[in-house]
Amino acid sequence: MSDASRNAKYRIVHYVNQFFGGVGGEEKADCEPFTIQGPQGPGRLLEKLFREGNVDVEIVATVVCGDSYFVDHQEDVLRELIPVIRGYHPDLVVAGPAFNAGRYGMACGGICSSLQPLGIPAITAMFKENPGVDQYRKTALIVETANNVSGMEEAVRKMVRLGIKKLRGEEIEFPKAEGCFEQGIRKNYSHAEPGCGRAIAMLLRKINGDPFETEYPIPFFDRVDPQPAIADLKGITIALVTSGGIVPTGNPDHIESSSASKYGKYSLEGLETLDARTHQSAHGGYDNTYANDDPNRVLPIDEMRVLEKELGFKRHPWYYATVGNGTSVDNARKFAKEIAVEMIRDGVQAVILTST
Amino acid sequence: MAKEIERAGIPVAHICSIITISQTVGANRIVPAVAIPHPLGNPRLPLDEEKEVRRNLLKKALAALQTPIEEQTVFS
Amino acid sequence: MAYARPHAGVHPVTHLWRKITVTDLGFSSATRVENGKLLIDKGELTALLRSDPNIKDVQLAIARPGDSVRIIPVKDVIEPRLSRIPEYPIFPGVFSAWDPDSGGIPSGEIVSLCGMVVTTVGSIVGYQEGLIDMSGPGARYSLFSGMHHLVLDISVKEGTERHEHEKSIRLAGFKASDYIARSSLGGPLSSGSRETLINPTDPGFHGSEKSDGRKRKPGIAYLYMLQSQGLLHDTYYCGVDVKKMLPRRIVPTEVLFGAIVSGNCVSACDKNTTYHHQNNPIILDLLRRHGVDWDFVGCVITNENVTLGDKQRSSTLAAELIVSLNPDGVIVSKEGFGNPDADLMMNCSKIEAHGIKTVLLTDEFAGQDGASQSLVDSHPNADAIVSTGNANEVIVLPPMEKVIGDDRVITELAGGSSKCRLPDGSVAIELQALIGSTNQLGFERMSSRFK
Repeated sequence: MSDASRNAKYRIVHYVNQFFGGVGGEEKADCEPFTIQGPQGPGRLLEKLFREGNVDVEIVATVVCGDSYFVDHQEDVLRELIPVIRGYHPDLVVAGPAFNAGRYGMACGGICSSLQPLGIPAITAMFKENPGVDQYRKTALIVETANNVSGMEEAVRKMVRLGIKKLRGEEIEFPKAEGCFEQGIRKNYSHAEPGCGRAIAMLLRKINGDPFETEYPIPFFDRVDPQPAIADLKGITIALVTSGGIVPTGNPDHIESSSASKYGKYSLEGLETLDARTHQSAHGGYDNTYANDDPNRVLPIDEMRVLEKELGFKRHPWYYATVGNGTSVDNARKFAKEIAVEMIRDGVQAVILTST
Repeated sequence: MAKEIERAGIPVAHICSIITISQTVGANRIVPAVAIPHPLGNPRLPLDEEKEVRRNLLKKALAALQTPIEEQTVFS
Repeated sequence: MAYARPHAGVHPVTHLWRKITVTDLGFSSATRVENGKLLIDKGELTALLRSDPNIKDVQLAIARPGDSVRIIPVKDVIEPRLSRIPEYPIFPGVFSAWDPDSGGIPSGEIVSLCGMVVTTVGSIVGYQEGLIDMSGPGARYSLFSGMHHLVLDISVKEGTERHEHEKSIRLAGFKASDYIARSSLGGPLSSGSRETLINPTDPGFHGSEKSDGRKRKPGIAYLYMLQSQGLLHDTYYCGVDVKKMLPRRIVPTEVLFGAIVSGNCVSACDKNTTYHHQNNPIILDLLRRHGVDWDFVGCVITNENVTLGDKQRSSTLAAELIVSLNPDGVIVSKEGFGNPDADLMMNCSKIEAHGIKTVLLTDEFAGQDGASQSLVDSHPNADAIVSTGNANEVIVLPPMEKVIGDDRVITELAGGSSKCRLPDGSVAIELQALIGSTNQLGFERMSSRFK
């Protein structure tokens, strides 16, 4: 839609915290969400700079929430505010800038990330050390700012530049070029040269000692401190989890053979062993003939029963399964978090995880 | 997955074939398995020997859960 | 093209490669090439294939570039070729015994039928096979949409065991290609292009030694990783399952003759079809400028087995072989994904430990949103990677007018899901399911970068 054909102003909803919303300082960080008609605080600067950029906008509403209230009631606040924001039919939502205020940054990132899947363009801005950056960079466009309010004008200018592109429906191919934090997301594109030529060229540069750029920088993997050892197995509840895709025959939850989008929770009640009649492998990344013939080869129920009797630990009556073939690490992490919460609630004290 | 379950507070013993992958993604108690298509089995063995292999792997996993460690450890 | 002439007393294996291009495909009473069109005797070919007692039925179909056709589920794609060296057959070791280690590889002529391929379909397991769209958005992801396909849709008799089933279809593809090549390329040939490929000579002999003060050309080796993990995950060298082989050198142009053939389907996007092996662009690029811009010192093939012990053994031996070639740098190509990332990192680190530089070709599995970590293993030495794209990226494929094969399996393909069918008949599917889309020999131009 070109500007020339547009008569009405662009509608913007602005989200700010208790301070920029004029309620008060840190002592008011627990204030509940409310809406002001029109712009408030930095919203006035926002409107002014859009108009200076020849784009006619109106901030139709400013949504305010206390920083502490937001992070303490995040789900409820989002459930309340997203429909409110949608109700104003905004062409763009702007949150912040939050600078280095951590809770504010988390709130801004959370709101923008929730709007993105609904197709409502949303942008925010914060300082690089704000925890909101790491948490939400992948799912929200975050403009980089200075670390405090002295950088307000610069921050709003950058947001306006980006905002104008979003209002014009432009796709932001490279956030970094627009002054945003890199999202850390891999995006396919078509290179001018086929991969084999690129490989030889890169090797020649590397051999010569000339600078070259890898197409995939190897990441750094974080570590978790080991949990303390179990003192005595007697009476301990142990659960089994597998990424080898052992599921009841027929794969009732339709766990995908690759890039699994879900996991299953299945009962072990009354099962002393697994066999080809009752269970199968849903995993598409290995020759699953052997697993189908005897699923105990991946999910060792038969010998767990034997050892249970011998060593005196307790079985958890449920096992969890997903398919670890090409499953994104983020999904695996998400599944594991959910599974862990449930298992802790159910009194599981140790886990044996089997993978192929 | 091992790392996230452990991060939540439950000790995990990870039985897997390619331990370098497990080491890279950060599991702490790692038990090397037989092979990818049959981590806790071996179709080339007679059934009772195969079950013994499976039992021994599980025993190693249970021993790993009972062993205090400071860093990633492979229990082979 | 000019190539460095071999030094006196050393005879490199040399192959003259002729290419006869066809621009159309059809059925007729005798298999032959006529006016640039390949005609196939349906009856004769079908009878030949049905001589395998496991095969119940063979349907032949043709797909042309630009057709609104989806070929699914694809197992292999093969280019028909004819060897004009009497003692060196195409697909050596497949139909008859062939030992690369007794007597070596003879020089001579090979002829390809270009522009058409034999493609095998027919359900086996369903997870690991893939699709080829001949038009529409899916077509731009691999070179196969630009070729004419003779599709063999093969069904086997009830009760055929899975490994036998896979083998029957695999061999049928090779038999069909061989039959077509013999029938159409056997006689005198008109025109066609010609290219001479001269292989590196034995290791220990450096093609361009430092002389008259000029800088020696860089020595480049190629480590060719082959998938070898069981049913639908296997590759064969001269008829031998590579999981049973130790890493070894090959004469690079052996690949032209089909010395390496595919029994691998995992995944459709990054498995090497037999066609990919026959036309390995890394080998061809390295040969074409060998002695000009670099010295191609040799090619080593290695496997990707399923035990840690095998991975360690193969990577140690492969690295030793590479080191013995004395290269300055090595290109390493991977096949498949997941645990082969571990082999890739072992190969890389063991070679780099000798001060030899590596560049790795790999695709990525960064999740549908691209936000996940792309490889399951890593090593600090893996600092030079060419990415052939994120295989999890989802594309929407519109319905095609015709399906050759069976597209009901689309939801089960690795890369599909039970929700991938859209109300208008399109499918939202990962690139993972498209044959050749993230091929790690570097055939295609797709890559990936951080956004």
